[in-house]
Amino acid sequence: MPQSSPTALSWPAERTAGCPFDPPPAVTGLLTTVPVQRVALWDGTAWLVTRHADQVALLRDSRVSADTSHPGYPALSAGSRAMRAHSRSFIAMDDPEHADRRRVYTADFTVKRTRGLAPRVQSLIDDLLDAMERKGPPADLVADFALPLPSLVICELLGVPYTDHDFFQRASAVIIDTRSTPEEALEASRRLIDYLGDLIEHKVDHPGDDLLSRVAAEQFATGLSTREQCADEARLLLIAGHETTANMIALGTCAFLQHPEQLAAVRDGSPERVEGAVEEMLRYLTVAHMGRRRVALEDIEIGGVRIAAGDGIIFANDAANRDPEVFEHPERLDIDRSARRHMAFGSGPHQCLGQNLARVELQLAYPALFRRFPGLRLDRPLDEIPFRTAMAVYGVHELPVSW
Amino acid sequence: MHITVNEEKCCGAGQCVLLAPDVFDQRDEDGIVVLLTPRVPAGQEAAVHEAVAVCPAAAIEVRA
Ligand code: HEM
Ligand code: SF4
Repeated sequence: MPQSSPTALSWPAERTAGCPFDPPPAVTGLLTTVPVQRVALWDGTAWLVTRHADQVALLRDSRVSADTSHPGYPALSAGSRAMRAHSRSFIAMDDPEHADRRRVYTADFTVKRTRGLAPRVQSLIDDLLDAMERKGPPADLVADFALPLPSLVICELLGVPYTDHDFFQRASAVIIDTRSTPEEALEASRRLIDYLGDLIEHKVDHPGDDLLSRVAAEQFATGLSTREQCADEARLLLIAGHETTANMIALGTCAFLQHPEQLAAVRDGSPERVEGAVEEMLRYLTVAHMGRRRVALEDIEIGGVRIAAGDGIIFANDAANRDPEVFEHPERLDIDRSARRHMAFGSGPHQCLGQNLARVELQLAYPALFRRFPGLRLDRPLDEIPFRTAMAVYGVHELPVSW
Repeated sequence: MHITVNEEKCCGAGQCVLLAPDVFDQRDEDGIVVLLTPRVPAGQEAAVHEAVAVCPAAAIEVRA
């Protein structure tokens, strides 16, 4: 890890009291000053890359590794270091091993397959909104809509019983909380993997029409993959699939409520306009806000500095999404801009596997919510909303609303 | 303009399909890119260039 010169900033950087939708100004400020900057971590230092062009170039570069067991890999906390060192899933592998494992799952997440899920997603949305309406205001949008929707969707897709959601939502929350101790994070992860391993074994003899049944038959029963490997990958799909989308729904709603004309456009607009609005909200919020983390395998020259082999690198995708070289007036939410080049799903071979599923959910969830409750409003001033600053996925812990 | 795709590099993110569905598709078995036509259809130049830019794996190339 780089050690010599002093660091100006620690990572994760603290959000200031200003706009809750903006990345820390100290980070976006680097875009025009020191685009590759040394930052302090809890246990060392790493390079912070802010510019969009530099991030795209390096995240696609094979000299940059996602191997979390590498000693130079920049972990965000002791808990995540302990967990990451044990992870066998493809998010922590490099190509060609990464591609081999990822391709076991890509068929289930194509544009065609995920669009095919739209009618089912719409009916889950309608059921949740019916229940909210029956119960009447006030509601917590996170507990009543934003979290159950992606949880239900990913459970159906994987073939995980939704009735166990208390257990796995709690375990996921511990895993992605940077305040968890290494023991807590490992224990939560262990329990999830045991649970999913049992489920996969069960599906060998009791298959359903779901992803884990396919993996049980094609990978586990054939000996192509071990129980541990299948379970670890199932854990990745289960966790990655709900906190991120849930927070996009809740935080996105919170942001739309600050921009009533744009909310109305999403409520009444064409599907094309809604598609664009979702890309823009992904850009504007960057809920995966703690950066893409990598380690340099060779010396790399970029942005006027030399990153040495073994140095940790953090790609601040929230800063890239506010890069004025790519997005005009990046601080403005503008659903009619072209936001397609956003980095909300990362870049390079690890770019989000579930992105097209997330798109389907978001493109249906926002308009349905706004149509059902045209009078939707926050029940509390914005500055009293509890934002998820310490979590690996940004968003709101709860969103009290009325209509 | 002539398009080529690199199946080895493709990570099946589907960004190209979203942008230019008349040019790109994904294989049903593994989500890897399928080129529907090596020639850019009239009026699709901008969409294809955007696909080159957003493909996370740098798996699409366009030559004059
Ligand atoms: C709006 C919602 C979502 C956001 C913002 C998001 C964000 C991300 C980001 C930034 C990465 C890149 C990680 C890296 O480069 O280190 C990623 C990877 C991943 N995401 Fe998502 N994600 C979302 C929804 C989903 C869904 C619904 C799934 C469904 C299973 C999913 C599954 C995955 C997986 C498996 C990876 C690892 C891919 C790999 O390493 O090859 N995500 N996601
Ligand atoms: S955008 Fe690139 S990685 Fe994604 S499917 Fe198309 S060619 Fe493959």
